[in-house]
Amino acid sequence: MPLLEIENLVVEFQTASGPFRAVDGVSLAVSEREVLAIVGESGSGKSVSMLAVMGLLPWTAKVSADKMTFQGRDLLALSPAQRREIIGKDMAMIFQEPMASLNPCFTVGFQIEEVLKEHLGLDRKARRARANELLRLVGIPDPEQRLSSYPHQMSGGQCQRVMIAVALACNPKLLIADEPTTALDVTIQKQILDLLMRLQAEHGMALIMITHNMGVVAETADRVIVQYKGRKMEEADVLSLFENPKSNYTRALLSALPENATGDRLPTIGDFMIEAEAATAVKTPIMEPPV
Amino acid sequence: MSEIIVEGRNIVRDYHVRGGVFGKARTIHAVKGVSFKVEKGKTLAIVGESGCGKSTLARIITLIDEATAGELLIEGQKVDIARQRLTPELRRKVQIVFQNPYGSLNPRQKIGDVLQEPLIINTDKGAEERRELAMRMLKKVGLGHEHFNRYPHMFSGGQRQRIAIARALMLNPSLLVLDEPVSALDLSVQAQVLNLLADLQEEFGLTYVFISHDLSVVRYIADEVMVMYFGEAVEYGSRDEVFSNPQHSYTKTLFAATPRADVESIRARLARRRAA
Repeated sequence: MPLLEIENLVVEFQTASGPFRAVDGVSLAVSEREVLAIVGESGSGKSVSMLAVMGLLPWTAKVSADKMTFQGRDLLALSPAQRREIIGKDMAMIFQEPMASLNPCFTVGFQIEEVLKEHLGLDRKARRARANELLRLVGIPDPEQRLSSYPHQMSGGQCQRVMIAVALACNPKLLIADEPTTALDVTIQKQILDLLMRLQAEHGMALIMITHNMGVVAETADRVIVQYKGRKMEEADVLSLFENPKSNYTRALLSALPENATGDRLPTIGDFMIEAEAATAVKTPIMEPPV
Repeated sequence: MSEIIVEGRNIVRDYHVRGGVFGKARTIHAVKGVSFKVEKGKTLAIVGESGCGKSTLARIITLIDEATAGELLIEGQKVDIARQRLTPELRRKVQIVFQNPYGSLNPRQKIGDVLQEPLIINTDKGAEERRELAMRMLKKVGLGHEHFNRYPHMFSGGQRQRIAIARALMLNPSLLVLDEPVSALDLSVQAQVLNLLADLQEEFGLTYVFISHDLSVVRYIADEVMVMYFGEAVEYGSRDEVFSNPQHSYTKTLFAATPRADVESIRARLARRRAA
């Protein structure tokens, strides 16, 4: 049985010009110990679908699905209190902006211990010890000292490591990483990806990697889902996706990589999408301003 | 050998941080003696991670900040903005495109006005002529007449970056400094903007200083590459030299850290994963 199973997920936002469908009938399943990458450009609904799983969308969003289960439990039927028991414990998420996702008013140690207190009910001493161990695990030097640092005293890469420590505090079954390295330098990106992959293998977690970077996909994923405009364009294991992409959109994405450039010009989406597809790709018509 | 558009000789930039209650005054050496030369119609890419001084160098080349020491020559002419006033002629020659197209356009200014502003400030062209020039430039960067009276929020990120490029080109510069022009854009849009930059370079004989941290983009667009690390140029050479035979250990680290998206690397990784 898959760990997380979603069928026909639809997320709509109420806007002034009627409902806007951000996710349109996406189905996916993740098994234990699997690394799934969800790729897409901005507006493809890749983050929104995972926020729906975590229950983190604002009230303006309408979430519906034929099925949305985690470890066999129906996520749509959960009360907020029941959901809080799961998220942060069995299912955790890390975000793109590490600086923005930590609270600047509290020490790093406090923020890690908060999770341990809430979900595991450990006493003060045990919490301190576990927080120390977690910082060591994510490769922060001198963890004892660092526990009393504030986020602004750390670099972006270190903050992301702290976020990973918070997410891993309760040994989750599933970790969702939403563009975990987009804000970081290439060398730091490599360290964070290596860290995530090592922890994934050691702890046997399932990992969902949300990204727009084909390089990150190639370096991490077992299986890949390509999303575009809220729809799933393709699902394949990583090797066949790169070797033999089925959908036009995937082919367009791969050939837009500068390293795959063959001639003087880079092919663009327009060269690949048939007209009907390209028509939907054009942004909603822009109003002329009153002159 | 063709004309050298921009040359830097031992450029140094220090920032002084004033001491306060909590700390002593100190000096940060942001750029430590960097030299470079770019020929007409060529692209120099400057690569490095955040804090390595590449944007500081970009600001010096664009004549926004002065260098603490060293010489900057634009078209063979020595420029020192700390001593002499910047002439409109010099202002015209060097233009910059910033990283974030959402931050670099005034939300209350229509696109037509955005494009005409450099002309109003630096030239004495009449309204009719300005409008004509702005329209023509709009077409050049792949936008249309209908966009003239729109506001920045009505455009996507890629379109805004086109507008920023159009604005930079309004005064017919010879040197364009591009500070991470595509890193905020989606992959497919990035490809379009890179194509546009290549077309414009060919058409106007532009010289680019292209700042980036993305090696795959650099490999695609650059003629020469400079790698910066903690304010120093640790590697400087033609693109092929740098990519095929990196000398400095930092450059090697940088190459090793760049994710690979080719099928062989994926195969190798999957094999390692299965073995583990």
